[in-house]
Amino acid sequence: MSSDFRHNVETMIPALRRYARALARDRDIADDLVQDTLVRALRSEKLFLGGDLRAWLYTILTNLNRNRRRSLARQPTMMELHDTNADASGTEAEGRDISRALLTLPEDQRAVLLLVVLEGLSYRDVADIQGVPIGTVMSRLARARAQVKAMLEGERPMLRRVK
Amino acid sequence: MTDHSIPVTEDELHAYVDNELPAERSAAVEAWLVSHPADADRVRSWRAMTDALHAKYDHVADEAVPPHLNINLLSRPPRRWAYALMAATLAAFIVGGGAGYELRGRSAQLSTFTSLTRDALEAHTLYVVEVRHPVEVAGSDRSHLQQWLSKRCGYEVRAPELDATGLKLVGGRLLPGPAGPASFLMYETASGERFTIYASKASTEIAQMRYASDNGPGALFWADRGVGYVVSGAGDRQRLEQVARLVYDQNEKAKL
Repeated sequence: MSSDFRHNVETMIPALRRYARALARDRDIADDLVQDTLVRALRSEKLFLGGDLRAWLYTILTNLNRNRRRSLARQPTMMELHDTNADASGTEAEGRDISRALLTLPEDQRAVLLLVVLEGLSYRDVADIQGVPIGTVMSRLARARAQVKAMLEGERPMLRRVK
Repeated sequence: MTDHSIPVTEDELHAYVDNELPAERSAAVEAWLVSHPADADRVRSWRAMTDALHAKYDHVADEAVPPHLNINLLSRPPRRWAYALMAATLAAFIVGGGAGYELRGRSAQLSTFTSLTRDALEAHTLYVVEVRHPVEVAGSDRSHLQQWLSKRCGYEVRAPELDATGLKLVGGRLLPGPAGPASFLMYETASGERFTIYASKASTEIAQMRYASDNGPGALFWADRGVGYVVSGAGDRQRLEQVARLVYDQNEKAKL
């Protein structure tokens, strides 16, 4: 295995963990997703024919999460619903709102929102990651933003009741 | 070309916020926002959303990468990997001392998962090839098998009906597990495809299924009410999931 490749994968771990945490919410599940992503990436180095390593890793993680959710469709998902992680971030009330709002999004919309907004990927990259046209990415993004906005405002009626 | 007269679409508003618009069109959007306060409001709320997401999740990227995500360990061949992983969590444990209960919980969960799954896969590999003595008690003696294993293992052992997936109970065995006795049930199809269900007491609360494979048979692990279950079988993962789900569902139903 080339040490360059390994090194490049390694530098992506913090960002992958951030994405996975926002995507799956539960800390252990998120890190399991990252671990599976890394194992898969390291094993299939030969399948990676140049190109954007970053987008490739996000693609693996996004697919693994989709598979996971599919296989768990009939399982109890209690662990995901209550917040076991006391996150250290500052604006806690705000942060909790947004993570709860994320949970209400369909899987594909949540992934688009996080990849674009949190991870800073281009629409083109996200289209490749999800295997859909850019137009689909844009409509998913629009719906995700509308939904999260509605959730945030719905939960705090005191702050925003303009007109 | 700068044309401020073309109306701005919602797609363009998003692209503007995400820095995906060409510069000249960005200027047009900015001009548009001055005279369209509702759109300006939306743009503001989307930007606030971006800030909130970063405020919520950026700290994850700043955390030290946990030992089980160490790239050098993960690069090793899968067999040694499980041991290396356990060694690493153990080392982190000792070095960390009382540094964190969170880490403690994490490594306890991991080792339950890895040790149980490893034992289950070993038992699976050992006994599925056995033609004459694959089990101690035959499946034709189902109720005796269940009673005996339940008594020895200290939790209720049920041999689920897996006929829906073409599997018939061959029988079962009692095995030593990582933390006490383990029950081991074997099933097979008419064509000789074999699956095993390994269970043992486990102090973990992982409700989600986890998959492991050792370049050979695959295993699905989950824990429920103090008992860890591992369903193992060769073949593709989908087939394994189908079997495991059936086992899971019947356990659930029986406990209601």
